[in-house]
Amino acid sequence: MAIRAPDRPAAVRQRRHRMRRHLVHTLDVKASPYAYVAPFFLLFSAFGLFPLVYTAFVSLHEWTLLSDEHRFVGAGNYATLLSDEYFWNATVNTLSIGVLSTVPQLLLAIWLAHLLNRPLRARTFFRVTLLLPNVTSVVAVVVIFSQLFGRDYGLINWVLGLLGMEPIAWNEGVASSHVAISIMIMWRWTGYNALIFLAAMQAVPRELYEAATLDGASSLTQLRRITIPMIRPTIVFVVVTSTIGAMQVLAEPLLFGTYSVTGGPDRQYQTLSLFIYEHFTRLDFGYASAVSWMMFVFIVVAVGVNYLLTRRAKGSLT
Amino acid sequence: MTRRLTYLTLVAVAFFSALPLYYSVVVASRDNAALAEVPPPLIPGGNFLANVARVFDTVPFALALVNSLIVAGSIALAVMFFSTLAGFAFAKLPFRGRNALLLLTVATMMVPTQLGIIPLYLLMVKLEWTGTLYALIVPALVNAFGVFFMTQFLSRALPTELLEAGRVDGCTTWGLFWHVVLPVARPAAAVLGMLTFMAAWNDYFWPLVVLTPENPTVQVALSTLAAGYVSDYALSLAGTALGTLPLVAVFALLGKQIIGGIMQGAIKG
Repeated sequence: MAIRAPDRPAAVRQRRHRMRRHLVHTLDVKASPYAYVAPFFLLFSAFGLFPLVYTAFVSLHEWTLLSDEHRFVGAGNYATLLSDEYFWNATVNTLSIGVLSTVPQLLLAIWLAHLLNRPLRARTFFRVTLLLPNVTSVVAVVVIFSQLFGRDYGLINWVLGLLGMEPIAWNEGVASSHVAISIMIMWRWTGYNALIFLAAMQAVPRELYEAATLDGASSLTQLRRITIPMIRPTIVFVVVTSTIGAMQVLAEPLLFGTYSVTGGPDRQYQTLSLFIYEHFTRLDFGYASAVSWMMFVFIVVAVGVNYLLTRRAKGSLT
Repeated sequence: MTRRLTYLTLVAVAFFSALPLYYSVVVASRDNAALAEVPPPLIPGGNFLANVARVFDTVPFALALVNSLIVAGSIALAVMFFSTLAGFAFAKLPFRGRNALLLLTVATMMVPTQLGIIPLYLLMVKLEWTGTLYALIVPALVNAFGVFFMTQFLSRALPTELLEAGRVDGCTTWGLFWHVVLPVARPAAAVLGMLTFMAAWNDYFWPLVVLTPENPTVQVALSTLAAGYVSDYALSLAGTALGTLPLVAVFALLGKQIIGGIMQGAIKG
């Protein structure tokens, strides 16, 4: 006892020290991963999810920036909405532009990816030029195309004139403005989606194609029978993201021709996002929020329908 | 025959991809009188600098360029950092709920957050951030795409033995991140940084909502230029050329790496 006594405090200290180190180490290993992924979840909750959910709350009120009092109106905004012909006009425009821009775009993108998915000279050059439009900002795209689609001095009408056709007032008609806006969207996104498809195609085993070639299958048959079934998950993904994107088109109709929150004097090309923005600029936040929620429902439905369609197409293609 | 058709198609696509950009340079370097002629001018003229001078007279374009540099630069740096950190955890650190949280991260990419823009604006009013660059930078410091992108890369490129060796040498998790993960992550993080920079530079709707024309980003300034009552295409396309073509040129030079990055991020999509 007497001999060991002086040693004891040192031993205890050492053990405590080791225990503390062990504790710190355990804490480090257990807690660090959560700390590292936390910034994303915190930020998304605060600036992504919370506003989206809070939209529902705002939509039940008469809410403007001018007054701090927000009168509860229940479903009042929604009732107004359902009988608002401008709302339905914007809905139809959104669907029309959505279909016109997305369907040809995705078919073209798959075909381009198919062309690029073989040994080619100047591969990088083709890929880079394909993506140039996507690097161009949406504002720039609309400004550039507004000039190209100009009625009097636009390049497109000049070419049409060379072909003996009458000039078209692109931003005046409903159909012509939808076509023009769809072309802008297609120009910006086809190449990007083609590259996404190409990435998926490159993961398809080569042997499948070699065997098909031996069997004498043409390139088109190979695309339909091998490529498309093999990259189906990517197709579903692109269809879903394109649908969400198409439902939220805003800058194109806002800036096409001349800047107008109504999408042309007769609302020929006002989309739902633009309709929301119009009411936002009037500080009518309650109503704009109600439109947002309706749009959310539309998006969920559109995504669901397209998801099922893309999944089901399996039967007819394989 | 089919080979020739393939090249012909791809050349045509390349042509139509580049044509609008080329023609915007033509318009930007002409005066409006020349643009009203028939046939329209098809090659650049000598009026570019005069048009650019008008751009700086019409909108605070120098301020817009500085603002966009600050916003896109800080967002890109932050996204690179936080995405690598989270990607490291998801790819290499075992923890309860890891797969579920990763799935949740990917799922958030499908949430149309643009629909929450009104409460987001109200939030910025409360924080007194409207009209300031904070409103653009803070919500964008990290995003799901970046986290997923770095997770994909690190789970492939970061050898587990390297991490174990680091542990044996007494590295803390933070030490591992700093000394082992960051050097390995550098090439992918650089690609992510470039993609993020471009996206932030081109972002339009949220800056339009939350900023004022007096303190704009490049895209907001460009839309102010385009919003005149009379369409002055020489003016607005000179601004467009100035505000977007440098980025397009950088992309054309570094395109190979960036495209590799986009395609890698897409594979599991």
